[in-house]
Amino acid sequence: MFVILAVVIMLSSVATVVTKSIIRAATYLLFVLLGTAGMYFLMGYTFLGSVQVMVYAGGIIVLYVFAILLTEGAKADPALRKAKDASWGFIVSLVGFLIFLFVLLKQKLFAGLVPALGAPSEPTGTDTTSIDYIGHYMLSTGDGGYLLPFEAVSVLLLACIVAGLLIARKR
Amino acid sequence: MIQIEYILIISAVMMFAGIFGFLTRRSTLAILLSIELMLNSADLNFAVFNRMLYPNGHEGYFFAIFAIAIAAAESAIAIAIMINIYRKIKGISVDKLEKMKW
Amino acid sequence: MEYTLLILLLPFLSFLFLGICGKWLSHKTAGTVGTCVLAVVAVLSYVTAYEYFTAPRLADGTFATLMPINFTWLPFFNGSLHFDLGIMLDPISVMMLIVISTVSLMVHIYSFGYMHGERGFQRYYAFLSLFTMSMLGLVVATNIFQMYMFWELVGVSSYLLIGFYYTTPAAIAASKKAFIVTRFADMFFLIGILIYGYFAGTFNFGHIEGGSLVAVGDFSTVLGIDAEAAKYIPVALGLMFIGGAGKSAMFPLHIWLPDAMEGPTPVSALIHAATMVVAGVFLIARMMPLLIGFGAIGGLDVLSIVVWVGVFTAFYAAAVACAQSDIKRVLAFSTISQIAFMMVALGVCTELTTGHHNPGSLGYMASMFHLFTHAMFKALLFLGAGCIIHAVHSNEMSAMGGLRKYMPITHVTFLIACLAIAGIPPFSGFFSKDEILTACFAYSPFVGWFMTAIAAMTAFYMFRLYYGIFWGTENKKLHAEHTPHEAPLPMTLPLIFLAVVTCVAGFIPFGHFVSADGQAYDIHLDWNVAGTSIVIAVSAILLATYIYIGERQPVADAIQEKFKSLHRWAFKRFYMDEVYQFVTHRIIFAYISRPIAWFDRHVVDGFFDFLAWGTNALGFRIRGLQSGSVQKYGYVFFIGILILLGILCLAVF
Repeated sequence: MFVILAVVIMLSSVATVVTKSIIRAATYLLFVLLGTAGMYFLMGYTFLGSVQVMVYAGGIIVLYVFAILLTEGAKADPALRKAKDASWGFIVSLVGFLIFLFVLLKQKLFAGLVPALGAPSEPTGTDTTSIDYIGHYMLSTGDGGYLLPFEAVSVLLLACIVAGLLIARKR
Repeated sequence: MIQIEYILIISAVMMFAGIFGFLTRRSTLAILLSIELMLNSADLNFAVFNRMLYPNGHEGYFFAIFAIAIAAAESAIAIAIMINIYRKIKGISVDKLEKMKW
Repeated sequence: MEYTLLILLLPFLSFLFLGICGKWLSHKTAGTVGTCVLAVVAVLSYVTAYEYFTAPRLADGTFATLMPINFTWLPFFNGSLHFDLGIMLDPISVMMLIVISTVSLMVHIYSFGYMHGERGFQRYYAFLSLFTMSMLGLVVATNIFQMYMFWELVGVSSYLLIGFYYTTPAAIAASKKAFIVTRFADMFFLIGILIYGYFAGTFNFGHIEGGSLVAVGDFSTVLGIDAEAAKYIPVALGLMFIGGAGKSAMFPLHIWLPDAMEGPTPVSALIHAATMVVAGVFLIARMMPLLIGFGAIGGLDVLSIVVWVGVFTAFYAAAVACAQSDIKRVLAFSTISQIAFMMVALGVCTELTTGHHNPGSLGYMASMFHLFTHAMFKALLFLGAGCIIHAVHSNEMSAMGGLRKYMPITHVTFLIACLAIAGIPPFSGFFSKDEILTACFAYSPFVGWFMTAIAAMTAFYMFRLYYGIFWGTENKKLHAEHTPHEAPLPMTLPLIFLAVVTCVAGFIPFGHFVSADGQAYDIHLDWNVAGTSIVIAVSAILLATYIYIGERQPVADAIQEKFKSLHRWAFKRFYMDEVYQFVTHRIIFAYISRPIAWFDRHVVDGFFDFLAWGTNALGFRIRGLQSGSVQKYGYVFFIGILILLGILCLAVF
């Protein structure tokens, strides 16, 4: 399962950025996001996975599709930049990726530190993934509580609604 | 047996694909899609670190949730701006968006 | 007596109201508002005075010094030194409240007629309110710093009022001159205050309590400061006197006052006769206990400086007044001369005990008494002059003459005022001037005789003015074209009121209210002095009558012919303005200001211009980096990250 998801995610994300049509890019992105949601499920983070599916895949991508259709439609992106520019971008990204890989593999940062997923030693104690638990901490002010960011995000979202309307309205 | 490195590599692929897209795409909407890709890879990292390094904690988990919320807000505003720009200059290619230079 | 706060607050509110909303008010409303507020203030002042002076005296026979309001505003040095704000009532400040509010009220009423139909009528009333507020604040100040604040406010409002006709170049120049000269003097005042505050450890005034010198408010004896610090107090007092001399137009800082006559005449009456110019006298009176207490420590006897400056100014101004032809100028110089009288009276006050056996302390009371009476009759003179100017539309005596037929009320009131200033009993000026002369004789016979002579000059030039206006050569041609007429009721009413005050003010038992140490005592006329001064004044008046009463004035012309150069010198005010012009333009401007200006313009400005130019040029060069293309920024950002990462990798591996 993991392998399938990994392949889907990696291929789709590369496809997102190389495809010519924006609408196709959005579709590939949808696959990436769904794949990521699958990853969350695999890790046992069911709530996060469902949020990912609902908000990202269900909300944001739809929003993008709307926006694409409202602006350029399904017209092909006037392609990638000239080959030279694109190759510069490619080189830079590749170098970054290689450095990352090098560091990650050379250092073995997490060797022996963590049990691999699916290993027998599952976490004990409270189930930190239950919705019960999340709701409790999301609205608590005590140690490890996230009430303040929660409220801040709600204000931010409200501001976004207002600002979005204000910016996009016809003058 | 899934090692943490595997997932990190997946998210790295996403991240650098996003960067590549950001640097090379010409349509601003495509650039925004690339940004979503990068954000998503960061979310995945949060979740995986939380899951594998601190199975009893919940910080990474909550960060991922908040990051999703903020990504939603960001894309909503960005799309509103794009639509506005499209009305103004009949296009959303970044090459045309140089009005604000010096 | 907390309601005394209203005395300050009401004119201020009126100022704000008229200043902000004046644009939308009719002339009538604006004037009524200003006048009514002032009437309330005057009534409050009278009530204050009544309550204050009828309250029982303290055990030692003095009136209590009240501080209805006092709070610490700015503490320094851990609170050992502080600026306070508040209201202090003692005999002289209550007396000043009466003077200021009365004259101000009269001027408000009078202006109704005088300023009728002028542009900026509302602005005028707003400024009058501001001025009244600041002057009242000055006299009730609890400490010298508060006094200084209001002192500057007075300066500003005077500037605004002198420059009221801001379209006339002369008025602009006069207002600037007044402001700059008084500011120049105030600089010394401020330095004096700071020195005083530093060495005395307080900003409060000193006063007498139970025979010893005490600082008002914090009750630590000022005399208790150590001898080393005490040396600096006379210096501080001397600097304060310079400030006072600037406001009170003492020689050589008097030059602004004659020019200040460019303002509307009621303003001259209020500011340049009755109130602002006596601020300096008031200041010296306030500092009197200190001036005496610190007498000649450190070899600087401030009081004798006060005396000699006063004596010289009195003489100089009287001499100039004899030769002027502009009636307001004559009055201006007579004001300078009279204020110098008050200064001299303060200067000759050398001890703070009271009683007939002790003429050394008479000057204090005499000065305050003269301040009181002078404010009334000089305001009357100025307002009368305003009526005359109103009638003939000119300041020059040549346009007048023979006006007694046309303006009976003005004529009579003006005559009363002239008699008062000349020192003829029973008018008020006689009593106060007599006290001053007595005090001067007690100080030194020379000063006494000299001041008596100046009093004679006063009588002479005032009657020269009087005859020049109301008798003498009539300018028939001008009067035929435009018949002079008596002023309207709002203008004559204040004249009559002030004339009545002038007639009776001399009989006020002033010594019961104000005296050097606060004890009550009866004013006692020294008939030797009084007799001499009456005789001299009467003969001066007769001389003036002889010279100036006739239709033709052969004697006057002959004298003028004979002492031609002297007359021209006096007419030109002994070329004081030219001296100033020379000193400022030729010396200060040429050798100090110009090089400084050059330095400022070329070196200081040049440096900053260079900085600005450099930044600008640099910005112009690098603006190409800001291409506006997001992706270029992205490249730069990301490559930067890669470089940092590379450095980290190299460092770690």
